[in-house]
Amino acid sequence: MEAETKRRKLFARLFHSLRRTAVGRLVARVCRLVWHWLRSIRWRSWAFVAPALVLIGFFLVYPTVVTVARSFFGRGVQLFGPKVHFVGLDNWQFVFTNEIMLTALRNNALWAVLFTTGTVGFGLILAVLLDRVRYEKVVKSIVFIPAAISFVGASIVWKFIYAYRPANLEQIGALNAVVVALGGEPVGWLLQRPWLNNILLIVVGIWMWTGFCMVIFSAAYKNIPKQLLEAARIDGANEWRVFRRIILPLLAPTASVVATTMVVQVLKVFDIVYVMTNGNFSTEVIANRMYKEAFLYGNYGRASAIAVVLLILIVPFMILNIRRFAAQERGR
Amino acid sequence: MMNAKKLIAKTPLHVAIFVFAAIWAIPTLGLLITSFRDPASIAGSGWWTIFPRLLSGGQYSLENYVGVIYSEGLGRSFLNSLIISVPATAISTFIASFAAFGFAWMGFTGRRTLFMVVVGLMVIPLQMTFIPILPIYNKLGLHGTFPGIWLAHTAYGLPLTTYLVHNFMAGIPKDLFDSAAIDGASPLRTFWNIVMPISIPALASVFIFQFLWIWNDLLVSLVYLTAQKSVAPLMLSIANLVTNRGQDWELLTAAAFVSMALPLVVFFSLQRYFVRGILAGSVKG
Repeated sequence: MEAETKRRKLFARLFHSLRRTAVGRLVARVCRLVWHWLRSIRWRSWAFVAPALVLIGFFLVYPTVVTVARSFFGRGVQLFGPKVHFVGLDNWQFVFTNEIMLTALRNNALWAVLFTTGTVGFGLILAVLLDRVRYEKVVKSIVFIPAAISFVGASIVWKFIYAYRPANLEQIGALNAVVVALGGEPVGWLLQRPWLNNILLIVVGIWMWTGFCMVIFSAAYKNIPKQLLEAARIDGANEWRVFRRIILPLLAPTASVVATTMVVQVLKVFDIVYVMTNGNFSTEVIANRMYKEAFLYGNYGRASAIAVVLLILIVPFMILNIRRFAAQERGR
Repeated sequence: MMNAKKLIAKTPLHVAIFVFAAIWAIPTLGLLITSFRDPASIAGSGWWTIFPRLLSGGQYSLENYVGVIYSEGLGRSFLNSLIISVPATAISTFIASFAAFGFAWMGFTGRRTLFMVVVGLMVIPLQMTFIPILPIYNKLGLHGTFPGIWLAHTAYGLPLTTYLVHNFMAGIPKDLFDSAAIDGASPLRTFWNIVMPISIPALASVFIFQFLWIWNDLLVSLVYLTAQKSVAPLMLSIANLVTNRGQDWELLTAAAFVSMALPLVVFFSLQRYFVRGILAGSVKG
């Protein structure tokens, strides 16, 4: 009992003398600040966003940081496992010199240009044309249906259109049937490297996403006051001029949003290529290559570097989205 | 006279629209017809050859569907797809509504910055996330399980769903909250009794959007699930079918239609909500 009291007194004296030193005062002050900060936090507010933030943190933010780091390490699953070594820029050298990777980069560029032009262009044209006919709703539904089905389903639909059989057999693929009917030889469409087969894959993408663009353009187009177009027509402007000079400028902001969405979609293109050609015959794309390196060859270092390439390509659009959102918030 | 002139002037317009409609409808139509023909006729002649005798019976059968649903196990996969997408969609819509309310109406430091991060994460390539998460999943035994894929889909969907719900909730008039506060309602009560009920149309759009996304997903399933019959969703099984039976069109066409059936039903019955979801996500620029 005696010893216990004594020890307590000793601790108290020690604490007070420490407390009086400069460091002690600083520590006390920091503690007080933290305490006040903790009390000032609105826990109830945080409770609403916490579940989402925890999940997003674990599934999106944490892995992104690790994957960037992982791109400088060798094979193996564990980040700092026994078999994983720091390899410097080796993976990055692979990404920008390996032949298949260069093909993939080239194809992604091709997808980005053709797919975006195709979806935005057709979407815009359809939105404007369909506004002028009475059966608008029916055709809109038809064009929009592919947006609801899966890439896997759409890939089968088009694989069947592109189906090839030797010339002595009857063609069952619609495209080759047309070619043969016109007196041509049947073509193995998906083997026509390096341009035609890629373009034919991109057609599948355009077929799927045009409806999406059309719906957005159509909503924006219907917001344009029709008196504006009528006034121009009365002033003698022909339809093309009305489109060029009035409709197009008014739809430009919408077009920019839609085009951004399409580019982001297309940079990540995976399913169509995976199902239709699996990247063979010069149709490789970045996302499919990443999947192969990681889950077929187990080369997680390279796969991480490839994923980071995708991220780097998308970051500008990420920033663009954030800035658009900030502008929209200011306008609220 | 005037009418005839107008009709002629409009002919190119109708022709152009007709061509578009044909290009968009024919591929799916061909698939649908093929899926009902027997294997020998599929291999022997193009599906368009049936048009002269379109309505004569006997050339159609459900055999291909029976084949893929039972022998190829797509019945089980259909069920798996439902087991995966319904809970995952429900959980993510639920968590997203909480978060959206917090971001829109609760004051706390850093909420703007945090929401900007969420907006930015909407477009992050999922490829960035697989490699670090897989070893954790393996350790926890979540790989190849339903809870594992529920969690992954929920988290991956959260940025977009939160953003969409936020767009709606931020537009609710402030007076509503003021009167609730005067009545002494706690934030949770306000959220549950006032905000949630009026958000139902918006939540329906988000739910449909997210449901179709998960139903149609291939990549996330490839990474977190296995080809095992007990867990493989439709898209995974069908992708494998394409790899292994690439020329068996009677199977592939029927399988493709099985995968489209539910999205098409959802699409035709709830198109309004679907369109609203798309517009909420992108037009506000």
